[in-house]
Amino acid sequence: MDFALIWAFILAVSVFVYVALDGFDLGVGILFPLLRDEEERDTAISAIAPVWDGNETWLVLGGGGLLAAFPLAYSVIFPALYVPLIVMLLALIFRGVAFEYRVHSRKRKWFWDRAFFGGSLMAAFSQGIALGAWLQGIEVTGRAYAGGWWDWVSPFSVATGLAVICGYALLGAAWINLKTEGPLQQRIESLIRPLAAGTVGFIVAVSAWTPLLDGRYSLRWFAWPTMLYAVPVPILVGLTVLALWRSIEKGRALRAFFCAEALFLLCYIGLGISVWPDIVPTNITIHEAAAPDKSLAFLLVGAVVMVPAILIYTAAAYWIFRGKVRHGGYHH
Amino acid sequence: MIDLTDPIVLARLQFAFTISFHIIFPATSIGLASFLAFVHWRWLRTGEEIFLTLFDYWIKPFAVVFGMGVVSGLMMSYEFGTNWSVFSDKAGPVIGPLMGYEVMTAFFVEAGFLGVMLFGRDRVGPRLHFFASFMVAAGTLASAFWILSVNSWMQTPAGYAINEAGQFVPEDWFEIVFNPSFPYRLVHMVFAAYLTTALVIAGTGAFHLLRNNENQPVRKMFSMALWFIAIIAPLQILAGDQHGLNTYEHQPAKVAALEGHFKTRSAAPEYLFGWPNMDTGEIDYAVSIPYLGSWILTHDFHAEIIGLDQFDRQDWPNVPILFWSFRIMVGLGLLFFCLGLMGLVQRFRGRLYDSRLLAVSALLLGPTGYVAVLCGWITTEVGRQPYTIYGLLRTVDSASPVAAPAVATSLIAIVLVYLFIFGLGTVYVLRLLAQMPPDSPAQLSRSLLDQGGRRAVKILKLLKISRGAR
Ligand code: HDD
Ligand code: HEM
Ligand code: HEM
Repeated sequence: MDFALIWAFILAVSVFVYVALDGFDLGVGILFPLLRDEEERDTAISAIAPVWDGNETWLVLGGGGLLAAFPLAYSVIFPALYVPLIVMLLALIFRGVAFEYRVHSRKRKWFWDRAFFGGSLMAAFSQGIALGAWLQGIEVTGRAYAGGWWDWVSPFSVATGLAVICGYALLGAAWINLKTEGPLQQRIESLIRPLAAGTVGFIVAVSAWTPLLDGRYSLRWFAWPTMLYAVPVPILVGLTVLALWRSIEKGRALRAFFCAEALFLLCYIGLGISVWPDIVPTNITIHEAAAPDKSLAFLLVGAVVMVPAILIYTAAAYWIFRGKVRHGGYHH
Repeated sequence: MIDLTDPIVLARLQFAFTISFHIIFPATSIGLASFLAFVHWRWLRTGEEIFLTLFDYWIKPFAVVFGMGVVSGLMMSYEFGTNWSVFSDKAGPVIGPLMGYEVMTAFFVEAGFLGVMLFGRDRVGPRLHFFASFMVAAGTLASAFWILSVNSWMQTPAGYAINEAGQFVPEDWFEIVFNPSFPYRLVHMVFAAYLTTALVIAGTGAFHLLRNNENQPVRKMFSMALWFIAIIAPLQILAGDQHGLNTYEHQPAKVAALEGHFKTRSAAPEYLFGWPNMDTGEIDYAVSIPYLGSWILTHDFHAEIIGLDQFDRQDWPNVPILFWSFRIMVGLGLLFFCLGLMGLVQRFRGRLYDSRLLAVSALLLGPTGYVAVLCGWITTEVGRQPYTIYGLLRTVDSASPVAAPAVATSLIAIVLVYLFIFGLGTVYVLRLLAQMPPDSPAQLSRSLLDQGGRRAVKILKLLKISRGAR
C-alpha cells in the first residue's frame, strides 16, 4: 500500500473540512460589524457557539497530522510561514475566548464583540496569506527552510489573503441565512450574491496569476493531457455560481449554503491539480517528505476507526442543534 | 547568563512561557470534567436537586477554562513546527503519531460532546446529556494519556532506531507508548490535576462557608472536595516517591541536581534548604538531615548515591532551579496532606463546616495546586536539559532556522496577549466563583432535618425567640 499517498489524501480532506467548517464561523465573525444590535449579535453567536470548537479541531488535526505523516514538510513549511502562523494563532485566541468572555463581561461587551470581529478577520487574512506564500514556493536547502522571515509577503500572498476573507464572508453569510429568521436573515441574504461575485472575481484573478508564478503550474493547466483534469474545474465553478443564484431566488437557504461550500471545494481541487505531487511546492514531493511506513501505518489504524466515528458524532451534534436559532440563543 | 539575542534562548523562553500557561487549564479541566461527570451521575441516580445545583454552578467556570485551554493548546501544537523544526523533523515519525492519536481520540471527543454538555440539556434527554458529560471527562483523560506519553518518551526514549537522515524512526510502538517513565508520569499528573481541582473547589467552598455556613450546595462541595484531598494527597506523595525512584534509575543527573548532590558519596544527607553553588559544587547555607538522602532514594541509610561529579559539566542541568522547584512542590504536597488530615479530624468531630481554621487553611491553599503543578513541570523539563530528547538530541540542535528578531517579536506579542487574555479570564472565573450557589427552600428544610439533635433544637429556639419578639 502507498501509505504516503493515503495520508496525503487524509490530510487534504481534513484541511478541507477545516476550511469548510471554520470558514463559516470565521465568516460570521467577519460580518459582525454589519449586525445592528445586541440581540442580532447574540443570535449570530448562538448560531455557531455549539460547534466552533469542533470546527477548529480540524486545524489541530491538520497541523498534528502533518507532523506525524510528513515531518519534513512540517519542519520546512512552519518556519517559512512563521509570522502569518503566529498572527493566526493569536487572532484565534481572541476570537476563541470572545465566545465566553462576552457573556461574562459587564461593561466591556462591546470590546469582546470587536475582538471577535478582529480575531476572525485576522485569522482569515493570515490563513490566506499562508496559502499564497506556500503556493509561491518555499526556499529549501538540505532538510531545512533557507529563506528569511519576511519571504511570505508578496502581492500574490496579499491577494490570496483578501480572497480568503471574501470567501469566508460568503460562507458566513450563507450560514446566518440558514440559521436565522426575520430582518437579520433578510439583510444577510441580500449580501450573498455580492459576496459570491467578489469571491468568483478573486478566484479568476488568483487562477490567472498562479501559472505565472512558476512554469510548472502553467504546464499543468495548459499542456496536454493534464489539461484534461483541469478543464472541468472552471466549468463546474460556473455551474455552481448559477445554482447559487437560483437557490437565493427561491429562498432555498440550505442549498445556497452547500453551493457556497462547493465553490470552495472546486478551488481546492484546482489547487491540488496545480501543486501535485509536491507538498512543499516546487521543492519537496509527498513521498520525499513522508514518515516511514511504520509511523504511517500505526496512525492509519486509528484514523480508519476514529475519523468515521468523528464524522458521525459531529453530524449528530449538528443535528441536535438543527433549525433556526431563537432570539437570544442558548445558555448554560 | 541569558543571551537575549540568541534565537534558541528566545525560543526556549517562548516555549516555557506558553506551555506553563497552557498546563494550568488542562490541570483544571481534567479535574473539573471528572467532577462534573460525577455530580451529574449522582443527580441521575439520586434525583437530589443539590447535585444539579452543583453541576450548574461549576459548568460556568469550566466553560471559560476550557475555552482558554483550547486556544492556548492550539498555540502549542503549531509551536513545535515554528520554533523547533529540527526537533520536529527528527522526532516527528515517533511523537507525531502519538499526538495524532491525541487529536483523534481526545480533542475531537471533547469538542464533539462539549456543545451538547454546555447547551444541550433542553435538546437531549437526561441520559444523553450525562453521556456527553462523561465523554468530555474521558476525552480530557485521553488527552493526558497521549501527551504524557510523548513527553515521557522525550525523557526516557525507547523502542526507536535512527535512520540515515538522522530521524528517529519507530521500531516497537508498545515500547514507545509505554516507555519506562510513562506510567509514573501519567499517574502523578492525573492525581495532580484532581488534587489541584479539589483544592480550588474546597477553597471556593471555604470562601462561602466563612460568610454563610448554612448554604447546602456550599457545604456539599466543601465536604466532597475535602474527602478528595484526604484520599488523593497521600496517594500523590506515594506516586511522587515512586516517580522519583524511576527517575533516579533513568536520569540520575536530574535527581542528583534536584537533591543537590554534587559529589558521589555513601550515607548522603537530605538537604532541606540551602543554595546550590554550581561553581564551587557546594550547598551554601545548607540545612540537612544526615543519612536521609540515601534512605529516600534506596531505602538504605548507607547506600552510595550518584552525584553530579559523574557527569560532564556540559551535561548538567541548572541545579538551583531544580533544587528549589522540587522543594516547593514537595513542600506543598506535604501541606495538602495536612489539609486532608485536618478535614478528616474535623469531620469526625462533627465540625467540618464550623471550623474557622479549616476554612481559612482551605481558602489559602486553594490556588496553590497550580504552583505545585508548575514547579513539578519545571523540575521535569529543566532537569531534562541540555537535551530535548534525553541523551540523544541537544536543545541547541533542535531549534528552527528562524532569525532572532522574528522570535523576539513573537515572544513579546505572545506575552502581552497572554497576560491580557488569561488575566481577564481569571477575573471572570473568580467573579463566577464569588457568587454563592442558589439554595432552594427544599434544601433548606432538609438541612434542618439532617442536622438533627442539638443544632435543630437550637435553631427552633431561635425561631421561636424571634417570633416571640415580634
Ligand atoms: C498537585 C501537584 C503535585 C504535588 C502535590 C506533587 N507533585 Fe510531583 N509533579 C507534579 C505535580 C505534583 C507534576 C506537575 O504533575 C509533575 C511534572 C511531570 C509529572 O509527571 O508530574 C511532577 C513531577 C515530579 C517529579 C519529576 C519526575 C521527572 O522529572 O522525571 C518528581 C521526582 C516528583 N514529582 C515527586 C513528587 C513528590 C515526592 C511529591 C510529594 C510530596 C510530589 N511530587 C508532589
Ligand atoms: C505541561 C506542562 C509543561 C511545562 C510547564 C513545561 C515546561 C517547560 C520548560 C520550563 C521548558 C524550558 C526548559 C529550559 O529551557 O530550561 C520546556 C521546554 C520544552 N518542553 Fe516542556 N513543559 C511541559 C510539558 C511539555 C510536554 C508535554 C512536552 C512535549 C510534548 C514538552 C516539550 C518541551 C520542548 C520541546 C521544550 C523545548 C526545548 C527545551 O528548551 O527544553 N513540554 N518545557
Ligand atoms: C502534560 C501536558 C499536557 C496535558 C496534560 C494536556 C492536556 C490537554 C487537555 C485536557 C486539553 C483539552 C482542552 C482543555 O481541557 O483545556 C488540551 C488542549 C490542547 N492541548 Fe494540551 N496538554 C498538555 C500539553 C500540551 C502540549 C505540549 C501540546 C502541544 C503539542 C498540547 C496541545 C493541545 C492542543 C492543540 C489543545 C486544544 C485541543 C482542542 O482543540 O480541543 N498540549 N490539552
